[in-house]
Amino acid sequence: MIAFIVRRLLQSIVVMLVVALLAFSMFRYIGDPINQMVGVETSSEERAELRERLGLNDPMLVQFGRFAADAARFDFGVSYQHKKPVSELFADRLPATLELAFLSAVFALACGIPMGVYTALRRDAWLSKVFLTVSLIGISLPTFLIGILLIFVFSVWLGWLPSFGRGETVDLGVWTTGLLTVSGWKAALMPSITLGLFQMTLIMRLVRSEMLEVLRTDYIKFARARGLSDRAVHFGHALKNTLVPVITITGLQLGSIIAFAIITETVFQWPGMGLLFLQAIQNVDIPIMAAYLILIAFFFVLINLIVDLLYYAVDPRLRVDRATSAGH
Amino acid sequence: MTNLKTGFAAAVAVAAGLAVASPAQAETFRYAFQGDAQSLDPHALNETFTIGFHSNIYEGLIRRDTELNIEPALATDWELLSPTHWRFHLRKGVTFHNGNTFNADDVLFTFKRIQMDGSDMGSKIAPNTEVIKVDDYTVDFKTAQPNPILHYEWQDVFIMDKQWAEANNAVQPTDVTTEADNYAAFNANGTGPFKVKSRETDIETVLVRNEDWWDTPQHNLSRVVFTPISQDSTRVAALLSGEVDMAYPIPVQDLRRVDANPQTETLTGPELRTIFLGMDQMRDELLYSDVEGRNPFKDVRVREAFYRAIDIQAIKQKIMRGQADPSALMISPLLFALSDRFDRPSYDPEASKQLLADAGYPDGFQVGMDCPNNRYVNDESICQAVVSMLARVGVEVDLNAQPKAQYFGKVLAYDTSFYLLGWTPSSLDSYNIYANLIMCLDRDQTPIQTKFNLGGYCNPKIDALAEQILVETDEAARNQLIAEGFRILQEDWGYIPLHQQYLAWGTSTDVEVKQSPDNKMLLYYVNVK
Repeated sequence: MIAFIVRRLLQSIVVMLVVALLAFSMFRYIGDPINQMVGVETSSEERAELRERLGLNDPMLVQFGRFAADAARFDFGVSYQHKKPVSELFADRLPATLELAFLSAVFALACGIPMGVYTALRRDAWLSKVFLTVSLIGISLPTFLIGILLIFVFSVWLGWLPSFGRGETVDLGVWTTGLLTVSGWKAALMPSITLGLFQMTLIMRLVRSEMLEVLRTDYIKFARARGLSDRAVHFGHALKNTLVPVITITGLQLGSIIAFAIITETVFQWPGMGLLFLQAIQNVDIPIMAAYLILIAFFFVLINLIVDLLYYAVDPRLRVDRATSAGH
Repeated sequence: MTNLKTGFAAAVAVAAGLAVASPAQAETFRYAFQGDAQSLDPHALNETFTIGFHSNIYEGLIRRDTELNIEPALATDWELLSPTHWRFHLRKGVTFHNGNTFNADDVLFTFKRIQMDGSDMGSKIAPNTEVIKVDDYTVDFKTAQPNPILHYEWQDVFIMDKQWAEANNAVQPTDVTTEADNYAAFNANGTGPFKVKSRETDIETVLVRNEDWWDTPQHNLSRVVFTPISQDSTRVAALLSGEVDMAYPIPVQDLRRVDANPQTETLTGPELRTIFLGMDQMRDELLYSDVEGRNPFKDVRVREAFYRAIDIQAIKQKIMRGQADPSALMISPLLFALSDRFDRPSYDPEASKQLLADAGYPDGFQVGMDCPNNRYVNDESICQAVVSMLARVGVEVDLNAQPKAQYFGKVLAYDTSFYLLGWTPSSLDSYNIYANLIMCLDRDQTPIQTKFNLGGYCNPKIDALAEQILVETDEAARNQLIAEGFRILQEDWGYIPLHQQYLAWGTSTDVEVKQSPDNKMLLYYVNVK
């Protein structure tokens, strides 16, 4: 077990280093940050001086070494645009993104699982067909289009929900939350649905096919033969066994929810990290872009690691395998 | 009787109180722009939106009204003691938002601060200008050369409180290389009509009315909420749904929808920026062309052929959807009194072909073009139209449209043969055009002379005129000189001016907003009905 964790950690470190190198080298070619930092009328000596002070004239390797060492300490320097430390900016924005990701995941699970179960059990019901059609839309329409459609229906036509922002937030010291106010919930509704729709579809289809698969297996037949009620068979036995892959997928998808939040955050002007990242791209704010890529990679690596460990804990066969192979 | 009397008096007092109170009731104005002011430090960035935002909080010695005429602000009047010696009389009884009194020390401090490292406003005053305190409310400026437009850009030089800056360690504008937070970047203490109540960068900034403002307010706002909304469609949706009272810019394709909605309307008008095309006229061989050994743009006939090949009305109608004014000059007609003397040479593709043939290119030639794709209204579409219009006269243009960051990196290194650029003279005066775009480029000089003359157009006659323009203090004579220079430029076909793009603001019908052609949102002209 410990050897497994250590091996996974080492792999993670290699991944992080590669991402850091990619982030660093890619951004060297994305445009001249000096042009973005100063006004159009700044003289070329002032530009040259600034370039020197920021260390943009040093050799690549020196710049990367400095970058990686700082990144490991979560120090990404000062944003060119905001003139604030990047870590501070991220700390301000992280709650918004994580809350949005969390709500989307809850929405995807809370809607996806029951819908999946229903469509599996009542394959021919008209509601199942509606669910399947909706899920097709969820998969085929791009996120920004869904967001804009929702805005036009619920903000412009009906006037029920706000089209942008996070509503009123409550500052809890290190964390700002919109979940304690009515306007916060109203503001969060459309973005979380937009962001979670794809995952909901995915979960629903996954649950449906797994459920259909499980219902065909022998032990379900035996359970029925034992005279167990439909309810017990479906929810006690079938669903339970369906959920193992769902947990894995949900875990992995959480990473992409956070990463995909860029588009949703931009459409709804949700003040999270994705919006910060997109604005940074427009302004060639290299510290923010680099930090964002590394942070997202870090989330992915971390979630993967946790999922791996969870797998290990959830699936007894894995443990048995390990135990026997260790015995050799 | 006495009771009745006092009762009556009280009623009158209440009524009077109501009458007085009603214009000052809590009127909240909410507006949205595509980005946020980058800093609250008024000297950190010379950029239109940021400066416009600051204009509501800070003030300069002068200010501009919505027609861009100079008005006294923190200076009540000024006089020229000699051509190089100016005297400014400061307004008395003005206080900063924190209660400190405004006086000459603050002016001296401000002009020193804008020339420090980290300031982007250094160009607003010549480095060798002496700023002298005569008494608490009189400041003298001594310039090395006569400068009739000394104060033309000072609406953007916002006066800061010396005491406040010193007390809060904000004597120097933000330096990007140090991690020390600049207090002034996140807090503001101006003399202007609004105070900053709260600010979350990129999320929301709340301003409240400054009750102690020295001027009589023309607005009736008590509170202003500003939100940046970067996505065009979301910004339009926020306006249509009434979540904001004003939003800008509105994309040209959404203007009709905003007008069709009974609760909203658009406000459009020409902006000061002139969009134009430039041609490399300095190299002996173009960097991006199939013509070898010579530079076609050095031939005045080729430049005229390019000019005449462009159907500016088609660009206006088809691409800008009417939201542009074709321009004959490199400056907006709003900024130059004699601009009506100039006409745009007509569109004439036949003449253009003939000119190319006369110049020795009967089959045209091939040239590369640089174009931004996220800087000006429909910039890339304009370039694409130019490409197809030139194709009609036989010139094959390879378009290289890039985001502004890459585009500016390339063209500001003079790495271009043919390009599209926009220019707003920050002093709102023609000399700025001469000094940045028209006079001969000298890249060996420091600072580079005429840095933005990216094609290296050069005519010594114009340079001689520009030197006279710089020191001529008689306005009529000066305008004549400016017009003469523009005439020579037009005869040389040195640039191809295209148009002034329109500003596109959207407002709720419940508010009254005055649009200023410099695209600054001035809250002190806003009224909520």
